[in-house]
Amino acid sequence: MEHLLKIISKPDNIPIVFLLVLVVFYTWYGFKQAIANDRAGTPLEASMSDKVQVWPYLVRVEFLAALLVMVILTFWSFLLDAPLEEPANPALTPNPSKAPWYFLGLQEILVYFDPWIAGVLIPTLIIVGLCVIPYIDINPKGNGYYTFKERRFAVTTFCFGFIVLWVALIILGTFFRGPGWNLFVPWEEWDTHRVVALTNVDFSEFFFGVPTRLVDDSLNPLGMIIGSVTILLWYGLGVAYYFWKKGTEVIQKLGLVRYSIVAFLFLTMMSMTVKIVLRIGLNIKYILVTPWFNV
Amino acid sequence: MLGIIEQMKEKMQRSEVYKSIFRHNYQDTQRNRALQIVDNVFLHLHPVRISRHATNIGFTWGMGGITFLLFIVLTVTGVILMFYYRPAAEYAYDDMKYLMNDVAFGPLMRNMHRWAAHAMVITVMLHMFRVFLTGSYKAPRQFNWVVGVLLLTLTFLLSFTGYLLPWDQLSIWAVTVGTNMARATPLLGHEGPFGPELGMRIDNDVRFVLLGGTQVGPPTLLRFYVLHCIFLPLVAGIFMIVHFWRVRKDGGISGPGESKSP
Repeated sequence: MEHLLKIISKPDNIPIVFLLVLVVFYTWYGFKQAIANDRAGTPLEASMSDKVQVWPYLVRVEFLAALLVMVILTFWSFLLDAPLEEPANPALTPNPSKAPWYFLGLQEILVYFDPWIAGVLIPTLIIVGLCVIPYIDINPKGNGYYTFKERRFAVTTFCFGFIVLWVALIILGTFFRGPGWNLFVPWEEWDTHRVVALTNVDFSEFFFGVPTRLVDDSLNPLGMIIGSVTILLWYGLGVAYYFWKKGTEVIQKLGLVRYSIVAFLFLTMMSMTVKIVLRIGLNIKYILVTPWFNV
Repeated sequence: MLGIIEQMKEKMQRSEVYKSIFRHNYQDTQRNRALQIVDNVFLHLHPVRISRHATNIGFTWGMGGITFLLFIVLTVTGVILMFYYRPAAEYAYDDMKYLMNDVAFGPLMRNMHRWAAHAMVITVMLHMFRVFLTGSYKAPRQFNWVVGVLLLTLTFLLSFTGYLLPWDQLSIWAVTVGTNMARATPLLGHEGPFGPELGMRIDNDVRFVLLGGTQVGPPTLLRFYVLHCIFLPLVAGIFMIVHFWRVRKDGGISGPGESKSP
């Protein structure tokens, strides 16, 4: 327990506690309003569409919000000093070395993927993926009010990405990752000398008994085939779903191009979850090992 | 006595100087409420009238506005910090110590800058979360969502570049971890796919350009300082102008009652 308090009370970790509380609260609050709107049939916002004057009805809210934020910020700044550790020393690497908390999700992904995927490809896909959301979500409903019923897929997917793959990984990186980037229970003392045996095996070996490398240490072609086929089958799910649901209005309206983008982004996002589960749960390291990259 | 004050007040309000500054009086009339917004360069970011649901904090969560407020706090405290800070490896850490121990209100300014930066990262994420939940990125506001995503990215970059400036163990190692990924950039990093084939080495790849060296060192400090204090705030400022302007041009804050435009 002491150790958990030590992590929480690190000044730079206080924002994570704020984040956790706020995300839980606002998720609950957003869904509460969405469900209330769905039950009522017409959204609450529709009953408030009469016009009021900005002065004073909006400006006073802004003023009070600004006042409250400034009070909180001032107290926070009086009570807690920003961290200042020993002077920079390139010769002394701290263990663990952690990125700023908002990048811990990405640093966590480094465990599961090659650096170019975790550090470059995935951040790029996150930014691009967020940017294309308005252009691939062509459902005209749910514009300007809270709803869940009218946008089940969109809301669920976004919440999953934001809460599980972004916020939860930040929490994991902060509270569960210790020296050597090993997993620790939050109240467990960090043991810098802990050695965890690397018992990772690759996908083909775990499920089919096909080792990744042959006796002479060259790559096993059969392993590569199994890995490639697995990945093809994974993205094939998107193709299969397309042909299964082709007749439905949703897919018709979406069109092939938009559908492909949605399916690719969705399956890629879910593949990260699968990879995390496979790694932490079954010690599976790679699905596909090639001379050029590993996935 | 009161009569004299009243008289002076009236006289003052009729003077040319007063009238040149204040364009209208403060009687509570519809007209004055409108002028209060229109005649004020800062307030005229708002429309004069607005849907009632848009003033409801339960709907908006106020996160966009709070993010902007925090940006202003960061600009003000940041300028003050710049008076005491030199972005050179031999001075930076000592300047921080001086700021924290000997400058009047130094710790308060630094703490506010630090905590407002963290808070801004949180509020900008929550703002995006709210905008998603209310579907406010839908037509005609698609492009403003894209601008918002870029602003989110800029917020991360601003926070990240600022993280290095204290030049302590925490900062150089966090930035080392964060920039190490650039080694693996496809084509442009010396450890990335096809990087070596294109002639990338540790001393000429994209990470080298970012750091000004093969590791986080004094040139990195200067680069991050310039990015943090000049380049990124300017870019963020430009995108903010576009973002706010588009909120107005796209029909104000989203609501259920509006007709769908093409």
